Amino acid sequence: MRMPEPDAAVLARRGDIIEQLRAIVPGEGVIVDEDELRAYECDGLTAYRQLPMVVVLPETTEQISRVLRYCHETGVKIVPRGAGTSLSGGALPVADAITLGLGKFKRILEIDYENRSAVVQPGVTNLAITEAVEHQGFYYAPDPSSQIACTIGGNVAENSGGVHSLKYGLTTNNVLGVEVVLMTGEVLRLGGKHLDSGGYDLLGVITGSEGLLGVITEVTVRILQKPETARAFLIGFPSNESAGDCVAAIIAAGIIPAGVEMMDKPAIHAVEDFVHAGYPRDVEALLIVELDGPEAEVADLIARVQAIAEETGAVTIRISQSEDERLVFWAGRKAAFPAVGRISPDYYCMDGTIPRRALATVLKRMAAMSSHYSLRVANVFHAGDGNLHPLVLYDANEPGELERAEAFGADILKLCVEVGGVLTGEHGVGVEKRDLMGVMFTEDDLKHQQRLKCAFDPDGLLNPGKVYPTLHRCAELGRLHVSGGQTRFPDLPRF
Amino acid sequence: MQTKFSPAQLADPHIETANGILRACVHCGFCTATCPSYVLLGDELDSPRGRIYLIKDMLENERPASAKLVKHVDRCLSCLSCMTTCPSGVHYMHLVDHARTRIAETYVRPWPERLLRALLAVVLPRPSLFRLALVGARLARPFKGLFPGRLKGLVAMAPASVPGPSALDRPQVFPAQGVPQRRVALLTGCAQRVLRPAINEATVRLLTRLGCEVVVAEGVGCCAALVHHMGREAETDAQVKANIAAFERVMEGGALDAIVVNASGCGTMVKDYGHVLRTEVAWAERARRVAALARDVSEVLVELDLGTLVTPDKPGIDGEPPVVAYHSACSLRHGQKITKEPKRLLADAGFEVREPAEAHLCCGSAGTYNLLQPELASALGARKADRLAATGAQVIATGNIGCLAQMTGAVGIPVVHTVELLDWAMGGPRPPELG
Repeated sequence: MRMPEPDAAVLARRGDIIEQLRAIVPGEGVIVDEDELRAYECDGLTAYRQLPMVVVLPETTEQISRVLRYCHETGVKIVPRGAGTSLSGGALPVADAITLGLGKFKRILEIDYENRSAVVQPGVTNLAITEAVEHQGFYYAPDPSSQIACTIGGNVAENSGGVHSLKYGLTTNNVLGVEVVLMTGEVLRLGGKHLDSGGYDLLGVITGSEGLLGVITEVTVRILQKPETARAFLIGFPSNESAGDCVAAIIAAGIIPAGVEMMDKPAIHAVEDFVHAGYPRDVEALLIVELDGPEAEVADLIARVQAIAEETGAVTIRISQSEDERLVFWAGRKAAFPAVGRISPDYYCMDGTIPRRALATVLKRMAAMSSHYSLRVANVFHAGDGNLHPLVLYDANEPGELERAEAFGADILKLCVEVGGVLTGEHGVGVEKRDLMGVMFTEDDLKHQQRLKCAFDPDGLLNPGKVYPTLHRCAELGRLHVSGGQTRFPDLPRF
Repeated sequence: MQTKFSPAQLADPHIETANGILRACVHCGFCTATCPSYVLLGDELDSPRGRIYLIKDMLENERPASAKLVKHVDRCLSCLSCMTTCPSGVHYMHLVDHARTRIAETYVRPWPERLLRALLAVVLPRPSLFRLALVGARLARPFKGLFPGRLKGLVAMAPASVPGPSALDRPQVFPAQGVPQRRVALLTGCAQRVLRPAINEATVRLLTRLGCEVVVAEGVGCCAALVHHMGREAETDAQVKANIAAFERVMEGGALDAIVVNASGCGTMVKDYGHVLRTEVAWAERARRVAALARDVSEVLVELDLGTLVTPDKPGIDGEPPVVAYHSACSLRHGQKITKEPKRLLADAGFEVREPAEAHLCCGSAGTYNLLQPELASALGARKADRLAATGAQVIATGNIGCLAQMTGAVGIPVVHTVELLDWAMGGPRPPELG
């Protein structure tokens, strides 16, 4: 993985930079020793590691604003970091950059049940929001599997989804407002407790911007009332194809389950060993289908889903009989990635999205790739919305295995694009899928995307080396296209 | 996670174990969320994942422990909440225990720190010395302003009154009432029997009433957790071996069904004896045998039929079933994975049981942690006290003396051991703390 060449002039100023940061953030908030920096060298994607130049852990928006202004004025790069659970290397440090951690922003600032919203600091974990409001019968809907640890700031940066996104949407559909500090140090507030704002949808631009446009310092989220009833099916199938058919048939019948998750055999076994959720071990594929809503509606949907499952060849069907049992069904799925750590020392988690109809084909071709690369693959995915999470199993201590895993992963993502899908469903591009952006976008597409980046951060100081495979200078992107001595559309007035 | 140990390094059984633990970690970061020090400080270095990284770096490079590493490892409570959360099965406890030994071997602490640790390691495991120290500290209380640094805090922490030794402390055998069903040995502990002798007394009454012969064995001392968590390997091994030998003598006198432990911090330690001595050929098997017999008192009680013994006029406060907030000690909840048993026992005995929010977070006691890391410990203590008070309970029950001492006074509600309430429900005395 190639990262931008470190700027020797910035590295030479390290001592001065540390001194300036200490003047802004007192106490233990500035981390400089090599052995301490080591713990910050990677996030949830351990395949790529880089020691940061320095780590700073501010405690107030004002401190963040001052840090960014200082960096803006003196040309120092910044890598924002939440809980460090990214699977795309979004928080991978850069050698000549400050890693700016938001771990100390852990307060829930306001809960407004009447307006169905909560205002929280970015370091609050996704699950902590639900925990803060559940005694009143509310919850925050997007639920990434890492929800116990991942932060809401990171969720906004990556536009995270979760097992319930099929029905309730991604982060972007559940965020009402943000406070964001721009690279200049300016503090910008977008949206609020209301649904729509005037002007361009800048909130939509910030959501999913992967730390390239600003540092999020406050988030207003929508909270929802818990559905009256929620029940989950565990449905086992003798083949991946029949499980895929079942998903397609459920959606085709006009049913929108709260979540439809699928696991293949290796994943089922890894999870069952940890959670003991009662998953059947002798099936090839397992679906978790959750139905929620008023009791009568759920009862009707349960009967219809059961019939579809039987028609599509299910061999085991269980429906949760209690809230505890429903949570146990999910506990296995939520712990699936790390539980794979029990069957393999390392894994490489992919995040492609495909049209649902291509599921069986993609799984079959992935199995072929698995034998080609001699690497096992365990599949866990949001089958309802076609978001795949193949886990390529490897052993980083075996020479060459990481490289094979990377090549295998790249082939999987190319396959996703080939069948009409996209590179990422919810983990973001980060560094992991950066070099594959060209498979999906043309050079023109990428340039246009970077123009937006330039509007926010013309010097390219925020999270450099992420998302875009080629760095363009903003001035270069702003050039007029001149061809044969003629600008294009010469009759248009220019300013 | 990738590791870089050479074959020569891996020949060391301690490194081999550490390597196995490190390889299981996939760096997902789930553990950060439930780690008390990360929750308070928000710094990766004060999370389990950060410490694992620091330890890995020290071991791979065969470096002496740095002051920074020591700072962050010292802030770990060994509450083991991370092990409950970890989906990959990383055995953090064995890794951090090993790191503490390395710290003790390779890092020279500043002398006041060394003195304090040496003092604790000598005094706490010896009941008569500890009692003397508490009395001394109580007398010194009016002059606490004169004491330097952390000694001031220690003096301030001494309880207002120190009970005398219990008749139960002497080695002896308590016969079972009625038909004998089991023969058990009771680990009478060290600090607990000084601070609250009533716990062992209630335990013996309960067990004998339920048909257990209870042996207080000659030669059993501190479980060794105190010195183990300070990385003092030689003292740990010596104390563990003395206990194993003592329990073996009890086994020679007849089959032993269980070693009952009523301080869960000690229970976690005794259950780990097999690991502590795993590399010593002469002791490994013996240690495993003793460890396999160790049971928390609640594990033993759920197997015995309490129902028939609950007195018809169940205990009450103002005629109503008492409302109990159950505070789960980390060593019980995370160390031994015992969560349901104590609550079930209390409910069956007629108490209304409530659980506080954030039940998984440590109260800050953590063995000697409240003495060595007073700031973090009191922040956690205050947080826990708030959550316990919010339950509206009339009494707090817990299964570990450390939590009991930490919460007493911090929360304006009486705090007792679970067995004291169970004993009361079965005809024993009403705990005096309830007034």
